[in-house]
Amino acid sequence: MNGALTIFKKELKGFFFSPIAYIVITTFLLLSGWFFFSTFFLYNQADLRTFFTQLPLIFSFIVPAVTMRLFSEEFNSGSFELLTTLPVSNSGIVVGKFLAALTFIALMLLPTLAYAFSVAMLGDLDLGPVFGGYCGALLLAGAYIGIGLLASSITRNQIIAFIVGMIFCFGLTIFNRMLFFVPEGLLAVFAYMGSTAHFQNIARGIIDTRDLIYFLSLIFLTLYGTSFVLQERK
Amino acid sequence: MIEVQGLQKFYGNFQALKGLDFTINKGEILGLLGPNGAGKTTTMRILTGFLKPSRGNIKVADLNVIEHSLKIKEMIGYLPEAAPLYGEMLVYDYLAYVAEMRGLRGSDKARRIAEMVVLCGLKEVIYRAVHELSKGYKQRVGLAHAMMGDPEILVLDEPTSGLDPNQIVEIRELIKEIGRKKTVIFSTHILSEAEATCDRVVIINQGTIVADGPTDSLLHEFGAGVVVDIVLQHPDVALVIAKLSIVAGVEKIENTTDTESGLLSGASVQLAVFSSTDEDIRPALYRVIREQGWDLIDFHLRSESLENIFAQLTQEEC
Repeated sequence: MNGALTIFKKELKGFFFSPIAYIVITTFLLLSGWFFFSTFFLYNQADLRTFFTQLPLIFSFIVPAVTMRLFSEEFNSGSFELLTTLPVSNSGIVVGKFLAALTFIALMLLPTLAYAFSVAMLGDLDLGPVFGGYCGALLLAGAYIGIGLLASSITRNQIIAFIVGMIFCFGLTIFNRMLFFVPEGLLAVFAYMGSTAHFQNIARGIIDTRDLIYFLSLIFLTLYGTSFVLQERK
Repeated sequence: MIEVQGLQKFYGNFQALKGLDFTINKGEILGLLGPNGAGKTTTMRILTGFLKPSRGNIKVADLNVIEHSLKIKEMIGYLPEAAPLYGEMLVYDYLAYVAEMRGLRGSDKARRIAEMVVLCGLKEVIYRAVHELSKGYKQRVGLAHAMMGDPEILVLDEPTSGLDPNQIVEIRELIKEIGRKKTVIFSTHILSEAEATCDRVVIINQGTIVADGPTDSLLHEFGAGVVVDIVLQHPDVALVIAKLSIVAGVEKIENTTDTESGLLSGASVQLAVFSSTDEDIRPALYRVIREQGWDLIDFHLRSESLENIFAQLTQEEC
């Protein structure tokens, strides 16, 4: 775990050394700010619901852009050879990179607390859904980072990693709206697989173990898969 | 220290290693020689845990590389070919990162980084980004990477490629210095380097070992015996050969006179005298030359170099 911590620190620093971090943060704040405030005054309600409603969609583009380079770049430059010959396990590498990306997303969400403050100034803000919303956002980000890492681990091309990651994240996001294709008997199973419904539950301030299990198992499966892919590359 | 047993590696249908067997003793400097694509890098990558063997095994200090890969990685410092470092990091940050990966903290970390900076001559570039460095400096950062954890075994893939002649000498001295206490394996295609640095060489060609032994015994085993090169001034080549042939121990004499060379124009004769015995035939040859009163220009024992052996062993099948 010593190795994972070192990789975490190195990767987090690495995000801010590359221009991608600043481009991604700017894009995210522009999109989320516009989606939120363009409708906020129309609803005339003191909550952050429109912000959190748009979050899965925005994340499915932003998160793969954050994770795309994490493995692909290492494979492409050959630095992966130096990394794996240092005394660190594959799971240590995956966990280190995962936590770095998650921390980056958390830092990216930090400025949006200003939305909460401004709303609290204008009206009576219920803090429960706000807290739930941010918890849900981190869980959702974790699951999408897992998908993004898995996509990055299968290719040395960052663009492919981005597109593959985006397709799967976007797929999970819109899954609940595509259920009319599914035969009725399987509906319950398929309804559980989309990410948006689970996220919206948590964002309403209702912490249900089914939603937690959904996100945690998605994170575990994708990270385990990534570690497996690294193992099989040998 | 290291036992390589029946090592095989397939890349799809291509078999890169066809069953290698050799051992490396503690404190030995082993040179891995071979033409491009012989399997040197593949062998090193399996040893360092970057690749898995298709068949066979490597044991390091009685530990299997597949089962105990983490423990073995702690014992090995590795410099891959072309040192693929993180370009965007500063040299200092990079060294600090490697030190932490090697489990060094606080004052131990600072001390070890300082030692590496001195040892690898990185003082002038310490606050430069790695991608700005010249190839030689990158190679030195790579060496610092390999040696940071003070490993028992150092695996260096072509450590002197891209360095200038002074640096090559420095690195060789460094390898010899480290080799007194540690086990060093390095690959090279510069044979004089292996000759100058290694205790033992293993020559690989097309995935199989063609020669394995201490440098001097290889020279003896595969060498062509004693050869004396003579250049002297005399118009009649046949007479010179006839006179020298009667010297005891001379097996044959080849006329190697290069008529196009300006230096040896006119009456110069260049000969290669092959001896059938291990004894030095030079005193006897010189006595004949002195008796005849020929003007001697050059007279020396040809040293059988690894170069010749290498060519002989690796080009036969081509």
